[in-house]
Parts: sequence; C-alpha cells; structure tokens
Amino acid sequence: MPTPAEPKPANPFLTARICKSFPSAERAFSLDLEFSAAPGFTILFGASGSGKTTLLDCVAGLATPDSGRIAVGERVLFDTNTHDANTHGANTRMDVPVAKRGVGYVLQDLALFPHLTVEQNTEYGLAHLPRSARKQQAAAMLHEFRIDHLRQQRPAEISGGERQRVALARALVTDPCALLLDEPLAALDAASKAKIIDDLRRWNQAHRIPILYVTHSREEVLALGERVLVMEQGRIIAQGTPHEVLRAPLQETVAQLAGFENIFDATVKSVHEDRGTMICRVMMCRAMTCHVPGSEAGSGVLLETPLIRAEAGSPLRVGIRAGDILLAIAKPRGLSARNVIAGRLVSLERRDMIIAARVNCGVEMEVYLTLAARDALQLVEGLEVWLVIKTHSCHLMRR
Amino acid sequence: MSINWPAFLITIELAMVVSAILLVVGLPLAYWIAFSRRRWKFLVEAIVALPIVLPPTVLGFYLLVALGSQSPLGRWWQSLTGHTLAFTFPGLVIGSILYSLPFAVQPFTASFSSVDRKLLAASATLGASPLRTFFRVVVPLSLPGLVTGVVLAFAHTMGEFGVVLMIGGNIPGVTRTVSIDIYDQVQASNYAAANATALLLLVFCFAVLTVVYGLNRRTPNPATHNQRLWTMGPIK
Repeated sequence: MPTPAEPKPANPFLTARICKSFPSAERAFSLDLEFSAAPGFTILFGASGSGKTTLLDCVAGLATPDSGRIAVGERVLFDTNTHDANTHGANTRMDVPVAKRGVGYVLQDLALFPHLTVEQNTEYGLAHLPRSARKQQAAAMLHEFRIDHLRQQRPAEISGGERQRVALARALVTDPCALLLDEPLAALDAASKAKIIDDLRRWNQAHRIPILYVTHSREEVLALGERVLVMEQGRIIAQGTPHEVLRAPLQETVAQLAGFENIFDATVKSVHEDRGTMICRVMMCRAMTCHVPGSEAGSGVLLETPLIRAEAGSPLRVGIRAGDILLAIAKPRGLSARNVIAGRLVSLERRDMIIAARVNCGVEMEVYLTLAARDALQLVEGLEVWLVIKTHSCHLMRR
Repeated sequence: MSINWPAFLITIELAMVVSAILLVVGLPLAYWIAFSRRRWKFLVEAIVALPIVLPPTVLGFYLLVALGSQSPLGRWWQSLTGHTLAFTFPGLVIGSILYSLPFAVQPFTASFSSVDRKLLAASATLGASPLRTFFRVVVPLSLPGLVTGVVLAFAHTMGEFGVVLMIGGNIPGVTRTVSIDIYDQVQASNYAAANATALLLLVFCFAVLTVVYGLNRRTPNPATHNQRLWTMGPIK
C-alpha cells in the first residue's frame, strides 16, 4: 500500500437486519435475517437461490430492503426506523445511495469495464483524487495484486485469474469500509485460487474491514473462514467457525452442503452412556446417488456413533463423508475404530483423480480412494471388502 | 447541370441542426426509456415511435396548428420575433425534430439497453454519480448506436418531404429543401434538373450510410459481449 491505512474506528462491525420479500407468482422468496460480521472474513455459505447475492446487493445498496437496518460501525447505511430527535420521533427512512456507501463489491461476473484498460479500471473509483495520486495509488494496488505488468491491457485480453485480481484491486483501491465478494474465485483452478486467497488474506491483515464472502465451495470455507453463516431460503440457519458448522452439523441441509456423500435414516437401538456411544441401526439410503431402494425394517447395518441426547427408538439421520471411510480387503484387527463392516464392492468409478467406490454392506456406501490405493489393493467389482468407520466420523442429525 | 445549390445548402443546414438537437434531446429521453421502471413508459415509447407510422401530412397539419398564430406557442414566438413559426426555418427545424425523433431515439435506446446492467452497478459501488456512469460507461459502450442514431436522423431529415411542405411551404432560400426542389422540377417537366439533384441526394445518402455501417462493422460493441439482463432499475 502507498499509504498505510488510516487508523479507523476500532472494530467496525458490519451489522445488518434485513427483511425483503419478492412476491412472485411462480416462486415467492423472502430474505429475513440478522447478523453481525466482525472485521475479517465472514463466509456466506449456501446453495444457489438461498439469497446470498440479494443480501450483498442490500448491503451495497443495489437492492432496497423492505425494512431493517444496515450499518458499518457507527455509520448507518440503511435504516427504515430512525427515531431521530430532530424529526421529533417521526419515522424517517435512511437510505445512503450506492455511490456514497463506500462499500466495495466484487460482483459475481466481476463487471470489469470492457472499454477501459486494467489501469483505468483500477483508477475508476478514485475520481475524487488528483491525477498523480490516482496513478500512484492504482499502481501500488496493481503491484500488490501482482498485475502491474497488465496495466495497458483490456479485460478481454487477460486470463480469468488476472481478471479476478483486477476486480479485487479495483474494489480495494477505494479503501472501502466493508468488502462484499460474490463467489469471486468460482471460475478459477485450485492453484490460482490459493494464490489469490493468500494475497487477499495479506491485504486483510493490514486493513481489517468486514468482508462478506459468498461461496459454495467447502475448500474456500476452510481456507478463508473465520466465521461462517449458512443460508437457506433467505434465512441464516447456522453460524459459527468453519469447524463448528462443517464438522458438527445439526441439520441435514447443512450436512448436504458440507459434502456428506452418505446420508442415511437411522434409529437408535441402544444407548451406552458409560462408553459415550450409541448403537444405531442404519436402514435406508438417503443419498441421492444411491440406487438401493429402502430396505425393509430389520435389515441394514449397525453403527456405533457418538452419544447425543436421544432415546432408544429415536429417529435420526447419519451422515458419513466418503473420504472418512477406510476400505480393507481383509478383515482388519486391532483397530480403534468401532465399526468394521463386511460388504461387497458394487462399483468403482473414477472421478478426476479419485476413485468413488460403492460398497453394499446392507446399505450402499460411497467411499473415496486414491488411484494408488485401488491399484495396490487390486480392487475389482464384486470383491468382498471391509469398511472401517470411526465412531466420530458418524455425524448425527435430527430427522 | 442545374443543381439548385441554395436548396441543397438549406437541406444540409437543416439536417445538421436537427441531428445536433436530437443528439442533445434524444440522449436523456433514450436513457429514461432504457432505464426507467415507470409503468407508463410504454406510452412514451409509443409517442416517440408515432412519426414512423404517421403520414407526414398529419404531423405537418397538427404542427401547423400548434405553431400558428392561434396557439399559445405561436403567439409567444410571435411576440418574441414578430412573425409566426410556420413557413420559417425555425418552424422547419421543430417539425423535422419531431419527424426524425424515433430515428435517433430508438437506436440510442437499443444501445443503452444492451449495456450490461452489472457495469452500471459496479460503477455505482465505485462511487460514481449517475452522470459520471453515463459518460464514462454507458456512452462509450453504446457509441456505435449513438452514431447510428445521429446519422439516421441526419439522413432522414435530408430526405423528408411531406412535413417540410406542410409547415415550411416552398420559399426559395428559406424553406425550399432538395426534395421539394426535385418535386418542383418534375412538376415543371425539368427532368434533367430533377435527375441531377436527385442523383446528388442519392449518392450523398448512400455515402453517409456506407460510412455508418462500415464504422459499425469495425467496432463490435463490447457491451453486447457476455451480455446479461439484470432486472434492476437505474442506479441511484
């Protein structure tokens, strides 16, 4: 940075309470949420259509909530209910125009100006500064995001990753009071993604403003997240650290988003408080990829799971990640894992650099293996195998 | 060759004045049509398009009434200048502006509408006022459409006949334009003179249109790349 960020008021939290409904014949949708985002990354995580972009639009001022309040620190950007002493308690509506909000926003498809060069794009938000200051700040920002060699190029002439960097530089050079990023890295390969995330992290350590980061990628959540808000149908259904939200989901929607390949209906068979575990009978496959129709009661497989507050007979749902299951070609002994289940290999399917194996052990489970593991174990369809699942790899959810 | 040069000069002067005014008037009007979310917008669009379908005599007749000494506008002009608007060059300009309005406004509107709304949103979040967004983003990205609109208005004014005849009359050196001159020559059986003027007009208009379409071909509109409609109103 050319000039170190001026000292800002301590802890400029972004606080928002937003109600907005879209009456529509086919698909009514409403946004109804309240949150507060500390300086640093706050991830908005959710399926498409859950209202993430609308939320960002409301904060940026591109969409107007029906009611609510949006503020960064003491600075109110929007308020439908200002009780101002000057207006003798009358309700006045406060709505700072987009251009005056000072909120940086990197839109989903970046929206770089196609007729301007990288340098002109970066200088666009600095129109209030004299020309020399403008040039200098833009140059410093381009340098920080390692795109100074592209300054004379137009957006159509540079790569996708470079365009992402330009969009970030263009938003950050204005020294925004908050930053909104709408899936800024969605179109990138893992390597360029990691580099940009590093640069963004470095920038954020120097500036510490609230950053709302929309994504539906788990890796991005884990790489960036200090805090995650999980959204569904316009509401925040869970929040916490990535670890809390992704590792111990309480609700199935979260589990599906968090990448549980195996989700089954289960009932509690017995509770062992002394051991801190329960035995659950897993009966029915719930994963969409499973082709086995629901087995009749009595079949299925028993799993030892962590203890939760439940009684024998309680209906639950169990989620197990395909990457958390071990596969053995002989019955393993001397393991700490409590679940060693016999089954038969139904199919092996290569997906990019992993092998997705389907194993029928009363229910059908998906297991991820490496290519090397497949070759070393000489796996073929029909082979008898054992699945090893740790107790704490079984995630329980309410049904 | 007996080309009526005064008529030709008057026509070019008229066309230049009219297209210049239409550029100034048409830009905000087209901007409003392209970005407004008013429910009655369609009414304005219909009114703007009216001269395309209306017989010039109808337009000319009502203009004559509106500009004549019986109307408030006519009286105001008369108190200002001492004569009526009808049968004068300014009257001709007013008539031509209305008559050529859709030929300027419609290409303007189309090119404004094709500018990606996300660019306008991005511009606003970067602190740009609507005016700055208009001149830094909207205008550069719709330049081919703006050139097309101005040139079409120019060419259309060059060739108009009915409205000119109705409100301008046929006063040599004041309101006699090329198309009326050609008509006169034909009426007088001066086919050689009519042909000379007509040919000149034909070549001129063809040259203008060739330049415009040539320009449009060479500059593909960047705004229409990766175009996405975005249901959002104008940026505050």
